[in-house]
Amino acid sequence: MSAVAEAPTRTPVTLGGARGGPAVRTLRKDGWWRLPLATGIVLGGATIYTIWAVVQNKDYFAGAALQRDYLSPLYSPCVGGTCVTGSSFIFTFRWWDITPGLLAILLPFALRTTCYYYRKAYYRTFWMSPPSCAVSDAHKNYSGESRLPLVLQNLHRYLFFILLAYNVLLTIDAAESFRMGNGWGVGVGTLVLVINAALLWAYNLSCHACRHFSGGKLNLFSKHPIRYRMWKVVSKWNTKHMQIAWTSLVWVCVADIYIRLVASGTIHDPRFF
Amino acid sequence: MSTVTTVEPEASARPSNAPAGEWVVKIWRGDANGGSFVDYRVPVQEGEVVLDVVHRIQASQANDLAVRWNCKAGKCGSCSAEIDGKPRLMCMTRMENFTPGVPLTVTPMKTFPIIKDLATDVSFNYEVAQRVPSLKIADPGPDGVRRMFQVDVDRIQEYRKCIECFLCQDVCHVIRDHEDNKRYFAGPRFFLRYAEMSMHPLNTEDVRTMAKEDGGIGFCNITKCCTEVCPESIKITDNAIIPMKERVVDRHYDPIAWLGRKIARRH
Repeated sequence: MSAVAEAPTRTPVTLGGARGGPAVRTLRKDGWWRLPLATGIVLGGATIYTIWAVVQNKDYFAGAALQRDYLSPLYSPCVGGTCVTGSSFIFTFRWWDITPGLLAILLPFALRTTCYYYRKAYYRTFWMSPPSCAVSDAHKNYSGESRLPLVLQNLHRYLFFILLAYNVLLTIDAAESFRMGNGWGVGVGTLVLVINAALLWAYNLSCHACRHFSGGKLNLFSKHPIRYRMWKVVSKWNTKHMQIAWTSLVWVCVADIYIRLVASGTIHDPRFF
Repeated sequence: MSTVTTVEPEASARPSNAPAGEWVVKIWRGDANGGSFVDYRVPVQEGEVVLDVVHRIQASQANDLAVRWNCKAGKCGSCSAEIDGKPRLMCMTRMENFTPGVPLTVTPMKTFPIIKDLATDVSFNYEVAQRVPSLKIADPGPDGVRRMFQVDVDRIQEYRKCIECFLCQDVCHVIRDHEDNKRYFAGPRFFLRYAEMSMHPLNTEDVRTMAKEDGGIGFCNITKCCTEVCPESIKITDNAIIPMKERVVDRHYDPIAWLGRKIARRH
């Protein structure tokens, strides 16, 4: 049965009408489930590891005793009251006496949660809305990002700007990782932290919000040639945003694992010079 | 919801002893009163596309098979259907993409009401098109000429590649799985139109509120299926929907931008 629906629009649309095809969830025969499964394993694994690492509240800083200055990105900036000597930021919240990692990851976690790429990944994988293209939505009702709480995804741009400041801090961490006791040098951990900072910059600067503010919001590029060039560069990087998102996420975990192993004395950090 | 009578496609066995070059094609036959898959054994030649095979079936075995087509070149957007469950143009889908010996299913687009067999009623899209206002362009300059620079229209020319096959509308779960959302949601094809208007160098009308209220852009959860199925390879999500969402955020969800407008007395 068809019905003409008066909607909050200027033009009514016709609803209903029998649809063709069998009443099955999908007719796809390819392995459409593989991608959401792989996404779930990697994204779920990274999330579980991050929570575990943050809860540990130890072995996140390889400091003077080891002739190193490596701070795990999951604990940077270290602003909790329990930060180990040498790892603290320029100020700390002394009243915060549980793991400082929780404070450190809160905003990066929010950035990735509201990221346009990750939204696609977790809507498909965890919310199954839809699990894959032309595979039925797992939910009876759907309002997308038009209502609370998902309308808050629109705050992504604020997190983008805040995380630019975080990236500055992580770049300083990477620079400090060249400090070896009383001198300077390069260890494996130095490379790990430099790559980590570079990947996080790449992740932020390839972001859709960055693309918007670099020039996407303009209508007349011809009047803003510098921003047009910036927009062109960000647009090019933006096409790789998914790959950069995954690489940077995994690398943050790799960096934490490496520093954890060094800080706990499990392995020795080789020094190139 | 479908009013169908049968047939699990996976339930039918693979054709045994299918000769080389002969395929089993399962086509949905029916109308608004119901339907079912009908199996056709049909020879397939090298280089053929699904539409060639459907035409061969129509010519030799099922003269009353309804199928909409026109250019056979991927430019008219008429022969949209779902092949093995994926929205595609039949004329641009080569048979060599599929495994010989495994029955191939061809069904009408699921999001729109069926007329007959593979033909669907896509009127919804034309109704939605009426919501999108026409471009209101700026007055000519002092010399009586309107000028645009190529650099200002490069972006929106991508949107003009749309052939209105409505595969993006078909695959979008917002309306594919939730019929009632058709009241509120214009769909990916029309977000190209909103984006085009919003970014047009001579546009004088702010369409951001329209994209939010009339177009329902907030319903989109950017799962990129529209981009995946677009036969013109338009990056619908990255180049139109997300930029348009960001523009809507500028107008409706960003308190600092709101404050800036108030201070600057802009709207």
